[in-house]
Amino acid sequence: MTSLRYRNPYRKAPRQSVFRGFDPVLSVAVGLLLLIGTALVYAATRNWYAANGLDPEYYLKRHVINITIGLLLAWGTTVIDYRLLRAYTPILWVLGVLGLTFVILPGVNSEVNGAKAWIPLPGGFQIQPAELAKISIIVGMSMLLSERSHDSDQPTTNDILRALGVAAIPVLLILKQPDMGTVFIISASVVAILGISGAPMKWVAGLLILAVLGGVVATKTGVISDYQVKRLQSFVDPNADSQGSGYQLRQARITVGSGGLFGTGLFDGPQTNGRFVPEQQTDFIFTVAGEELGFLGSGFIIFLYILILMRAFGIARRSSDPYGQLVCTGVIAWFAFQTFENIGMTLGLMPMTGVPLPFMSYGGSSMFANLIGFGLLQNVHARHRG
Amino acid sequence: MNQRSRLSLIFLQIFIASLLVALMGRLFYLQVAAGPKYKDAALSIQSRDVVTPATRGLIVDSSGVPLALNKVGLAVTVDRTKIDKQEDKGEAVLRNLSTLLGLNFDDVWQRTRLCGELEKGKKAGCWTGSRFQPIPITKEADPQIALQIVERSDKFPGINATPIAIRNYPGIAGVNGAHLLGYVGPLTDYDLSGASGRSYFRSESIGKAGLEIQYDSYLRGTPGIKTVIVDRKEAVTSTSQNTKPVPGNHLVTSIDIRLQASAEAALADAVRRARASGHPADGAAAVVMDAITGQILAIASNPTFDPNSFEKGLTVQEAKNLFSESSGVPALNRALQGLYAPGSTFKAVSLIAAQDAGYDLKKSYACPGFIEVGTRVFNNFESKAQGTLSMKKAMAVSCDTIWYQIAFDEWLRDGGLKVKKNPNDYFFKAAGRFQMGEKTGVDLPSESKGRLADRNWRKAWYSQNKDFYCNYTKRATKAQQTPFLIQLAKENCIDGDKIRAGDAVNFSIGQGDTVITPIKLAQMYAAIVNGGTIWQPTVAKAIVSNDGKVIKEITPKRIGTIGVAPSTLSFLRDALHEVTISGTSAGVFAGFPIQTAGKTGTAQVFGRNANGSAKSDTAWYAAFAPVKNPRYVAVLMVSQGGFGASTSAVGVRKIYETLFGVKGKTVDPKAALFPSGKPPTKLPKISPATRPPGSEKK
Repeated sequence: MTSLRYRNPYRKAPRQSVFRGFDPVLSVAVGLLLLIGTALVYAATRNWYAANGLDPEYYLKRHVINITIGLLLAWGTTVIDYRLLRAYTPILWVLGVLGLTFVILPGVNSEVNGAKAWIPLPGGFQIQPAELAKISIIVGMSMLLSERSHDSDQPTTNDILRALGVAAIPVLLILKQPDMGTVFIISASVVAILGISGAPMKWVAGLLILAVLGGVVATKTGVISDYQVKRLQSFVDPNADSQGSGYQLRQARITVGSGGLFGTGLFDGPQTNGRFVPEQQTDFIFTVAGEELGFLGSGFIIFLYILILMRAFGIARRSSDPYGQLVCTGVIAWFAFQTFENIGMTLGLMPMTGVPLPFMSYGGSSMFANLIGFGLLQNVHARHRG
Repeated sequence: MNQRSRLSLIFLQIFIASLLVALMGRLFYLQVAAGPKYKDAALSIQSRDVVTPATRGLIVDSSGVPLALNKVGLAVTVDRTKIDKQEDKGEAVLRNLSTLLGLNFDDVWQRTRLCGELEKGKKAGCWTGSRFQPIPITKEADPQIALQIVERSDKFPGINATPIAIRNYPGIAGVNGAHLLGYVGPLTDYDLSGASGRSYFRSESIGKAGLEIQYDSYLRGTPGIKTVIVDRKEAVTSTSQNTKPVPGNHLVTSIDIRLQASAEAALADAVRRARASGHPADGAAAVVMDAITGQILAIASNPTFDPNSFEKGLTVQEAKNLFSESSGVPALNRALQGLYAPGSTFKAVSLIAAQDAGYDLKKSYACPGFIEVGTRVFNNFESKAQGTLSMKKAMAVSCDTIWYQIAFDEWLRDGGLKVKKNPNDYFFKAAGRFQMGEKTGVDLPSESKGRLADRNWRKAWYSQNKDFYCNYTKRATKAQQTPFLIQLAKENCIDGDKIRAGDAVNFSIGQGDTVITPIKLAQMYAAIVNGGTIWQPTVAKAIVSNDGKVIKEITPKRIGTIGVAPSTLSFLRDALHEVTISGTSAGVFAGFPIQTAGKTGTAQVFGRNANGSAKSDTAWYAAFAPVKNPRYVAVLMVSQGGFGASTSAVGVRKIYETLFGVKGKTVDPKAALFPSGKPPTKLPKISPATRPPGSEKK
């Protein structure tokens, strides 16, 4: 017993089972989202692809591959030794920054919906460095703020500045793409981590004010491109731009609303099959849930997100060390705000930004990042129980 | 974890939980609370209604002969949404198309413009439908040409050729019937707005005039609707609803196609004859009515137009001509829209007024060449003095001065310009018995209301025109500033609100401000014939479904009675018979084997024609036949046609020849339209192949 009590808390996971130490509720909830998401991606694409003489399972196959890779990454993240993670984090961060620099270089990237966010890879795959940057920022900040060289309860100004620096460089690069959705999500994570780290309130409040001011200034001075202003305007008045983003938002709302209580049934949504909502396998995947699964189905999806997030709060609370708490907080804020932004946009509560729905939208980089985030939660759960 | 971090975490947890609960609430609102609204919105996005118009019901005459039917045509249509996208807005395409179809480019251009796109006054021929509807250039294209268009879709983008059902007025027995039948055309935005209380589909046609519009709701049927579900690219993904079109019901009329054709021919002939004697004859109308049932047997107006021209595709010139003065406004149905002074045909009413006033109809009255009324002289027709005449004879020769005298005496008795409290107003009241000044209420659209120039009308007229006449030299145009007109204006200013002696005198012979439609006069004479019943006349007899079931019978309504003693009516009919024996139409009806009765009317019209000539008289003839058991009332009117007898009575004689089967001076009973002595009462079997009785042998 004593030997157990004084065991190194950062021990390697026991070899007998790869699932040992996984939080079952969290795992089942994420698993369900992945399954439902797979069905929805298939529903969103099969008819259209078949009607246009293409392989109806094109997106399904790729989505399953993405999930498989993502699950391997999640498993890796769960079982990895904390020290290894610490060693890899700076490398990951540097790679992320390099990737973000690369995408904004003229001529080397592909522009999708007005944003330069993707690095093309051979075989038709693309990588989105901003997704991976989220992880390096969360882990990097958590490390800097939890490993203090002194005994104080609060991080020093120096710690805070270093942590903010870790976040600021990728954020500025993402702003340049521009990808306001991701900036919003990272900012939320940064503020959350800082708040939980015990940093003085003036920092937390100051950062919040800075974020709001930054948003206003960016809109006014044109740092935010025209298409983003349009998206914001169409959020305020959905009829303003009836063919562009206003069209998408209105179609999205109609599609969700037409699902009613029970939905049309999987694969049977006429709005989905007619592809009236653009990007419905990626950013607007929730419209497919809304139409085909109805309030019961799509409400259940939101319930699963609530379950995952509340479970993650539990893990954070039970975690014995500041690092685990901060990583959990960062991942929670990331998942929560990305989910809220995505579904909120679909339902007309939030302006339109191109962020995918965690665990459900089609898209490799996002899926990998989400599952790595999931792995981080499991890692904390497995190793840092108090 | 220190206390503050713990609190912060709880705060964050509550914040995030509330965000997601808000999402849940919003989701509930969209899907459950507002779900039905969004379901409708989604349906309108995904679904397209493909409308198959129903076959329109036939319009047939009383023996089942089709007046209107349907045939298959080839429509060449222009899709504005497509040609507008071209750099020259489709001009080149339309030019090529015009050349191919042998049409004028300007016409085609005009007809593919939406009415809303054109300035006021330049709308003739414009497209009344929407931009999103294929606009037909012709509905009867040559199949060879249509094929060329379809095959060369690169040369003719947005132009299409499709077979369609078109309305056809076959003109059996040489009938035209344009005013009676009307025509069909595309829906206007007003129709589509639902303001009329009915809902239509864009691609449907709608009755635009005549019976086609009056009974449109029965004739049109219910279009078939196939609702298809489309995707964002408008490709059809599935069919959600498919109802077959229900063909429209047939309309059986009381019209006899042979009599209708005869009336039209008689009108054309009367116009020709009037013009030959130097009258402009700018319009004419004829009505034949069954006085016993109130049903219309024939109703025609001249000039007319080709009712098929709308489906063929009107040229801009044709569309303009329909409503232009220079071509005589052929669109006007003069039988029920034309208003004319009734002239001496009104004397039938005056005779009843005299009887009411206590004049002995059996006595004789002086018929001098003129009568002085105050300072004015009122001449007899052509100033001829006729000595002393019996009332019957006076009617026959159409003496005016007898009526002048009676009307003037009665006017004085009523107090003259200082009207007594309860004036007798025998003449106004006799006209009132016939509901003059009211519509007949015939089941045809746009009937005009006549004008009964009685005391009330005069007062209303005065209050409206007082300013004009009292400031005549300031208000009137230069051309109106003649000494006579200035004098008239002065008089009108002083006592224009009162019935003056001249007004009373003019009223008694159907002159002055009283005007009437030909159908109203037919209704009045029918009342004289049938013992006093005022019928609300009808053209339609029944609505019959496609499988022969009678859906609705339409019968004329008794809307009043003139309340005149049978002996007076009998005397009046006798007097009207005398007209054809020794009176104004004796020459016309000399040797006619059927005894008829009638009254000529030659009504003066004030004013001048566009070329400056004085307007010719309105030529009327109102008749009934046979004299024994009278039944068929015929009214024929030629505007600016000259004499009632020579112009119009001749026309009525031709109509009666057809009706009774008169050949020369004898009657061929086989040729009579109604061998049983009355129009058919049984509803006919309806088939597009039915031909008039007696024509099978040919």
